[in-house]
Order: sequence, then C-alpha cells, then structure tokens
Amino acid sequence: MPDIRVQPDPFDYGQVCAAFAQAHCDNGAIVSFCGIVRGENGLQAMEIEHYPGMTERALHRIAEQAMTRWTLGGALILHRHGPLTPGEPIMMVATAARHRADAFAAADFMMDYLKSRAPFWKKERRASGERWVAARDLDEQALSRW
Amino acid sequence: MRVTVLYFAWLRERIGHAQDQVETDAATVTELVDQLRARDDRHALAFADLTAIRVAIDQDLADLDAPITGAREIAFFPPMTGG
Repeated sequence: MPDIRVQPDPFDYGQVCAAFAQAHCDNGAIVSFCGIVRGENGLQAMEIEHYPGMTERALHRIAEQAMTRWTLGGALILHRHGPLTPGEPIMMVATAARHRADAFAAADFMMDYLKSRAPFWKKERRASGERWVAARDLDEQALSRW
Repeated sequence: MRVTVLYFAWLRERIGHAQDQVETDAATVTELVDQLRARDDRHALAFADLTAIRVAIDQDLADLDAPITGAREIAFFPPMTGG
C-alpha cells in the first residue's frame, strides 16, 4: 500500500525521508524528491487549491501504477494545499526498491503524472496581482515518455 | 436526474460559487455544459472555451463527450498544475 498524504500543514522533508528509509530498511535503495516554492519574479505567496476526495484517489492510483510497473518495496506521495510562501516545501515523493533503477524510474514517473493528473491548481500572488499558473505543454508531453 | 456540479480554480472564480445542484436530462458532459451555459452570463463566460477545461465524472477524469447517465458528481476545472 502506498503512503498518500494530502495536508495543509508544513512538513519536515528530512524527517519524512528518514522515517520512510527506516520503515523500508530491508530495501537497498531509497529515492526521494521534494518540490519547493520558488521565490522568483517577486513571488509573495502561492495558494494551492485541490479537489478533496479526487485528489487522494488520483494520488493512490498514480502510486499504485508505479508499484505495478516497477518492483518497489514502498512508495510515498505527500502534497500540501492552502497558502504557501517562497522556500516552503510543497510536495515530495519517495520510493524504496531493491535496486536503484526501479526507485529512480518510479519516482520520476510519479512526479510526471502528479503534475498533470492530480487535481491541484496553483495561484501565484505578486505585488502586481494574482494569477493562476497555466499548465505547460511540456508537462503533458512528459507523460508520453511512459 | 439530479447532479452536483463542482467548479475549481478560475472556473469557480468566474462563476462566482463552488457548486450547483442541477436537475438535468443531459446524456453527455457536452450537453450538460450547454445547459450550464444557459444559466447566466457568468456560466456562459466560464464555459466559453472548452479546450481550456477538464472534467471529472464521480472523481475520475473523463472526456467531454463522455456519457453522464447515473453520475452523481461532475467537476469542471482547468488543466491541473500540481507538483
């Protein structure tokens, strides 16, 4: 069973990674990724909206697809919603496997899918006003890799 | 049938609220959109460009021509930007 967490609260990336590695210490490889709010172009804050219920379902499905496709001992996806400020962690994924190739590929796959298949929307706030972040064609194209 | 229609992100802002309870005979998402557009100017504006809109039927992504018979919750939103 993948570990799926959708929460407004901040999280300690190092602590979650350490706990995940400890819980999967019978695996030989742990890979993790953390996304952080970039404070570029005068960004003051970011608001992440999501679709409660569908979000958890979509993340479960993505992690389960990864666990079917690669030989994994465990998978974790954590994604925040609500208001965030530059420098704060937004989300993370982690995978555990006997071999690193599976752990890297599965983490990469989960990132590509959750960018355009999980119902989250980012809104950026700057001194000039607020705007919804537009989806990038590149994110959609990235799915064709898999 | 009666369905709950949900709106997210800029669709919610353009329409001015997060959900509508709709009594409909629509067979597909597209037919439901036509009915929603006729509600008022805000809905018409929000649904002006369907290429910018994604839909989920009972929390699963679907196509705009998908059937909605028996659906309880239909959500409209822009392309997703997680991660």
